[in-house]
Amino acid sequence: MAFTKKIGIAAAALLGAVAFSNLTLRAEEGGGHETPNPTRQTWSFSGPFGTFDRAQLQRGFKVYKEVCSNCHELHIPIRTLAQPGGPGFTEDQVKTLAATYTVHDGPNLQGEMFDRPGRPADVFPAPFPNPEAAAASLGAAPPDMSLLAKSIKFERGFPAFVFDVLPIPGGMYQEVGPDLIYAILNGYTKEDDPNWNLYFPGHKIAMGKPLAAGQVDYTDGTPTTLEQYSKDVAAFLYWAAEPSLEQRKRIGARVMIFLLVLAGLLYFTKKKIWADVAH
Amino acid sequence: MASATTVEPTRRDFLFIATGAVAAVGAAAVVWPLINQMSPDASTLALASTEVDIGAIPEGQIITIKWRGKPVFISHRTEKEIKEAEDVNVATLPDPQTDAARVQKPQWLIVIGVCTHLGCIPLGHQGEYGGWFCPCHGSVYDTSGRIRKGPAPRNLAVPQYSFLTDTKVKIG
Amino acid sequence: MHGHSTFEPKNGVVKWLEARLPILSFMHGSFVAYPTPKNLNYWWTFGAILSFMLIAQIVTGVVLTMHYTPESTLAFSSVEKIMRDVNWGWMLRYAHSNGASMFFFAVYIHIFRGIYYGSYKAPREVLWILGVIIFLLMMATGFMGYVLPWGQMSFWGATVITNLFSAIPFVGDEITVWLWGGYSVDNPTLNRFFALHYLLPFIIVAVVGLHVWALHVCGQNNPDGVEIKDIEKDTVPFTPHATMKDSLGIVFFLLLYCWFIFYVPNYLGDADNYIPANPMKTPPHIVPEWYFLPFYAILRSIPDKLAGVIAMFAAIAVLAFLPWLDTSKVRSAKYRPIYKIFFWVFVVCAVGLGYLGAMPPEGGFVLASRILAVAYFAFFLIVLPLLGLFEKTKPVPASIADAVLAKHGSASSVAAGAASAPQTKG
Repeated sequence: MAFTKKIGIAAAALLGAVAFSNLTLRAEEGGGHETPNPTRQTWSFSGPFGTFDRAQLQRGFKVYKEVCSNCHELHIPIRTLAQPGGPGFTEDQVKTLAATYTVHDGPNLQGEMFDRPGRPADVFPAPFPNPEAAAASLGAAPPDMSLLAKSIKFERGFPAFVFDVLPIPGGMYQEVGPDLIYAILNGYTKEDDPNWNLYFPGHKIAMGKPLAAGQVDYTDGTPTTLEQYSKDVAAFLYWAAEPSLEQRKRIGARVMIFLLVLAGLLYFTKKKIWADVAH
Repeated sequence: MASATTVEPTRRDFLFIATGAVAAVGAAAVVWPLINQMSPDASTLALASTEVDIGAIPEGQIITIKWRGKPVFISHRTEKEIKEAEDVNVATLPDPQTDAARVQKPQWLIVIGVCTHLGCIPLGHQGEYGGWFCPCHGSVYDTSGRIRKGPAPRNLAVPQYSFLTDTKVKIG
Repeated sequence: MHGHSTFEPKNGVVKWLEARLPILSFMHGSFVAYPTPKNLNYWWTFGAILSFMLIAQIVTGVVLTMHYTPESTLAFSSVEKIMRDVNWGWMLRYAHSNGASMFFFAVYIHIFRGIYYGSYKAPREVLWILGVIIFLLMMATGFMGYVLPWGQMSFWGATVITNLFSAIPFVGDEITVWLWGGYSVDNPTLNRFFALHYLLPFIIVAVVGLHVWALHVCGQNNPDGVEIKDIEKDTVPFTPHATMKDSLGIVFFLLLYCWFIFYVPNYLGDADNYIPANPMKTPPHIVPEWYFLPFYAILRSIPDKLAGVIAMFAAIAVLAFLPWLDTSKVRSAKYRPIYKIFFWVFVVCAVGLGYLGAMPPEGGFVLASRILAVAYFAFFLIVLPLLGLFEKTKPVPASIADAVLAKHGSASSVAAGAASAPQTKG
């Protein structure tokens, strides 16, 4: 048994060494240029039963349309605005909206390219013909926003990342992207430098402060503050990146209930079958 | 595994049947998405209509445009062709239909260019009725796109369309 | 260990078939009458769980192929189209991508179970080696599958892993160019990875067939590590006993799997893979999928390129030699008190390496991975050979029936055994 103990001690020492080296590194990280992690926001679409707030998505779309779309592409079909589980525009609203866009199409029977009014099946037209043109005009090519809310992240670190996956209150953290979008839009904290952002890694961001209070008109009485704009547009972008969210969670609930029932039945069946076997 | 009591086997059987039934329902529910994924997706369903400028098509000419992945014939018919199409005893046709039922404006015939036999594309201004001739199995269509001879069972289908202006037609 | 059997066809059609192809009696002997040790615990259901996952991956994979385009300018958007437009596409795609993780999660438990209970020991060496081959094939399949969405992490993961081969002396660069079909990871690479990603699962199916065959020749190991002596006393028929237990195991596993598919589908993936591949820009942290992280940590812990690659492959290859590295006569850790401790230390090391593999290769993390990499190899190359010579093991029961009897008998003789099993009866 003495030997057992020794191994136990050795194992503990080994783990201690690993933990210590981790701590040292964290301490090193602490100094210098620090980028704080965004705080977790409350979203209507978080949690196992979360759904999108239609009015919020419509406001977010307005912010996108009037501000973001001047530089950013949103490569999703216009028709999806009327899809179930989305902003809840009607088919007719989407048709009218689509017609306000000009789409380059062709060739026609004469072999010429031409411009025509958009249709719901078209994707939102890009503000620049290609990323190079965008970079030449703006200094850097703004990313396509169709998946932006799923393609950005920040490190949660141990042990937070373990809780993030669990079905517990405060767990199931999938909204890293919208939280970061919200944080960045509110992170232009240096008045004299529109390209300094508290939450952007390295603090230098190519996108100058894009939004300010009162910039977009809301018709439903929602306050036209920067916080509200950021939240609405972040929610809209999360929908754009994950349009099947509502269907996914709805079906997930059914699947989970079904599996629990089946597990219960199987448990008793198995118990019956093994009842007369000592094992 | 004979049981001592009479109650036991029935309760047991019920449990087994219930478990099996629930498992079967689950299996069936899993199969549906696997089948349904092959149906046309949202982008395919959305490509419903296309607009064509027909102002530049001279009389007597047929153009072919693509709609939902299939060819659509737009024929600018001549007086002679219209007359031939109208002067047919409808009762003698394999798929009886008047010409008036197939066109909105007599000078414009718009049909889906897919032979109703096995899906080949018929050739325009060919065959003994001056309409279309399908090279695959010899079906002959008249100037109204009606089947006159050969193995095809039905007339060339007329798609849903509307004239937006005199020179612009929206198909679908 | 064939459960040759009680299968007596009465139906005329079955008799006719049996005389020409005895497939039904074969199935009956293998999956119905097959004698299963009665003392198996729930860790043994992972074999069935893995079979289920293999089928699930093949089915979802075949279906995804119907919509996916293996071409470098279209691959990313075709995956997006699956997610947005294809009926149930999001579910099929999330089921497949999370399925890979679940498959690896299950295979790691399966491997650890084998190590804990000494399932690799004679006469099951071939069975074990076939398992290591399946593991390797799974890694290759998983890696190539991760490349297919053609996102940033796909592209740079492919670049980094294929560059491992450039470490081979003299011909390394030629081999890398050959793997790529060009001078960098590009469309030809994507095409061949797609072809192989489609092919390899079917090779896995074939090797799994051999794995199950070898299993049915030797019979299953069990928590007490003693061979079946008396089929009547030691075993139960596979169906319904093991079938039901396996089904219950699968359903519990499905609860976990579906949690990921429906509620946290992107938790295990990397956000960077939602950015289309850009050969001009490397993401700040290249991290492989979590199931490769322990091996990735070993690779990075060694400062020399070639040595690092060799260490990484050796970490997998060493598993194949396990039957001969372990010198103990006793199979199960249940009767090996010191081995049991080393086993858990090994598990902690492996998990720790996984964590370090995800951390940036700087400062304390490098030192920690070195310590754990040494510990990883020491377990196989030092602990296992020596422990068999020095360890004082507990008395092993004479038969499975005796072990079961002891468990249900008077408490004193049982306590040790019952407490040690990670999960006891079902």
